[in-house]
Amino acid sequence: MKSAERAPAPKGAAAFQILTIALKDLRSELRTKEAINASLAFALVILLMFSFAFDPEADTTREISGGLLWIVFAFAGTLILNRSFAREVPNDCLDGLIAAPVPGWVLFLGKAVANFALVMAVELVALPIFGIFYNVRWAQQFGELLGVLALATWGMTVIGTIFSALTVNIRLREVMLPMLTYPILVPALIGAMRLTAVLVMGKPIGGDDAAWLRLLVGFDAIYTAASLVLVETVLVG
Amino acid sequence: MRDKIVYGLGIAAAAVLAWNTYAIAGLPDEVNQGAVFKIIFFHVPMWAAAGVAVSVALIASALFLITRNFAFDAAAVASTEVGVCFLTAGLATGSIWGRQIWGIWWTWDARLTSALLCWILYAGYLMLRRAVEEPTQRATFAAIFNIFAFLDVPIVFFSIKWWRTQHPQPVFWGNGSFPKDWTQHFLYNMAAMVALGVVMTVVRLRQEEVQREIDAVRRTVHAF
Amino acid sequence: MSAVAVDGVWKYYGDYPALRDIHLEAAPGACLALIGRNGAGKTTLLRTVAGFSRPGRGDIRIFGKAPRETAARRMTGFIGHGISVYDELSALENLTLYGKLYGLENPRRAALEWLERTGLERVANGLVREFSRGMRQRLAVARAFLHEPALLLLDEPFTALDDRAIAVLQRLLREALQDGKTIVMSTHQLREALELSTHVALLVRGKVAFEGRCTPEMVADPGYVYARYGEGG
Repeated sequence: MKSAERAPAPKGAAAFQILTIALKDLRSELRTKEAINASLAFALVILLMFSFAFDPEADTTREISGGLLWIVFAFAGTLILNRSFAREVPNDCLDGLIAAPVPGWVLFLGKAVANFALVMAVELVALPIFGIFYNVRWAQQFGELLGVLALATWGMTVIGTIFSALTVNIRLREVMLPMLTYPILVPALIGAMRLTAVLVMGKPIGGDDAAWLRLLVGFDAIYTAASLVLVETVLVG
Repeated sequence: MRDKIVYGLGIAAAAVLAWNTYAIAGLPDEVNQGAVFKIIFFHVPMWAAAGVAVSVALIASALFLITRNFAFDAAAVASTEVGVCFLTAGLATGSIWGRQIWGIWWTWDARLTSALLCWILYAGYLMLRRAVEEPTQRATFAAIFNIFAFLDVPIVFFSIKWWRTQHPQPVFWGNGSFPKDWTQHFLYNMAAMVALGVVMTVVRLRQEEVQREIDAVRRTVHAF
Repeated sequence: MSAVAVDGVWKYYGDYPALRDIHLEAAPGACLALIGRNGAGKTTLLRTVAGFSRPGRGDIRIFGKAPRETAARRMTGFIGHGISVYDELSALENLTLYGKLYGLENPRRAALEWLERTGLERVANGLVREFSRGMRQRLAVARAFLHEPALLLLDEPFTALDDRAIAVLQRLLREALQDGKTIVMSTHQLREALELSTHVALLVRGKVAFEGRCTPEMVADPGYVYARYGEGG
């Protein structure tokens, strides 16, 4: 009898499982493109509508760029984050994942990594479009900007992924996820807006603003830890 | 017996508030802001009571996750609801104050903004409870969200304060001075508010327990 | 050591007990049929044993381990009401995915082998979305058997199967039992299940009303157990 009752899993197993789940999510998404198309379309529409909301002068636009960009990223990102556990609902696929020898935190990280990649992709497409529409040069400090994007997007991803797991089987899921996620994200979004605006205006991240970086790092650390600890309870009770 | 204590405490708290309000009305008007500054006697105790309520909610949520005892879940929802009530009252009194002093109903002052965000956070908690049908799942998910929300509260306050130092706005209760002989009345109000909060929580707790019993009976009847 | 040991398990929804003081055991190599009316708690019991939710009280052991331990899950295969395969992936991709998650040495080879054993080798690269119902059910069976689990937990596995799928499943279950594997299945299809079973347990309103060996009388007249031990039959 071929046996799967082997000794404790080898050390790289968790990383392998995280990668497997992340690639599965990415393959599913790229095949159907449901969430990513909706997200990109939404980002485009918001950028368009904001151009009607005010008359952009070069200076003002750069100042509000942080706020504008992160409103786009937050709303477009939620469409992707909602899909995260929602894609496991048809055919009871979530059962398959929970029954598998995959610890809760591994499942969570696998999905979070996939979400992170997808949301970053949308952001990196929206950024040049923003630059074109609003005639703003945003790439002067691209390295730092990418860093800020990554930090804040990870915070958004972590919260969005765990709440996606929380809301997957409850009433009014599409409404509940943004309702729960955005208020918690506000501090991280404020920091991201401020840092993005500073970088787009061409200034370095100086003394005052360094505090926002620390806030983002702290936010990410606290909520990643909380999610890793609590995700098993969310999935299994 | 427990009911008698609770109601007794409630009446006592209400009485203290009534007597104190009368005494406060008799105090001289504040130098810079006039009579309306006395709102501070209610505004700050409300926020203090709200702070106590959400802290109790956090502890109850954590204890529920550890023990799975539904009494803690009832305590969590009861104290969160009371907290939301106090937050609402705090926002309202703050707004009235602003209207009188600055002529505006609202300003994005650091403390008001933070309070509004906390209100939204805990209103989200209450909405989440409504959205989950099954009681065990509801209690578990609500407890988890409560922990996430509470973790956010200090981050919210700091971040909005930093934001406001970089983008200043009118601050509502700058300019006021607080005479020393007001402290006694202030503390009475504090105690009375917190006591009222406790009473409301206990009443709500009782209601939640009864609701759970009814739910279980209903399920039993319908199952067969 | 039992394959499955359920000891004093209660499961609550709020204050309502869906499972009450369940004591049940399945020895290795046994085939236990869980029967009972809708709402008696069969699905709840199976899912709790499989580790989808925690019991309120009591203990469950799978080969001596807690259900949520990864070692226990590696030894368990579960078929629930849904097929737990992804519509947008192909049959081969689905099985390879599960092979990787279960830590198989050669996931792709195992996937191809089980596609053949369930008669799906010709549609290996077809998307599940395009499969017929019977094919989807057979793929679910392949998924559950893929990692050669020592314990199979099946929730009404014969429901909604077409003839071909029923035949495949019965064959695979017989082979599994010959291999010494343990099966616990809940069922309404009394005849198909009782033919395979060594033991029967009847659940009534969350309690075990009867537990014992499966006798020829039961196979001949499946309603017998209900009539004798159930309420109203």
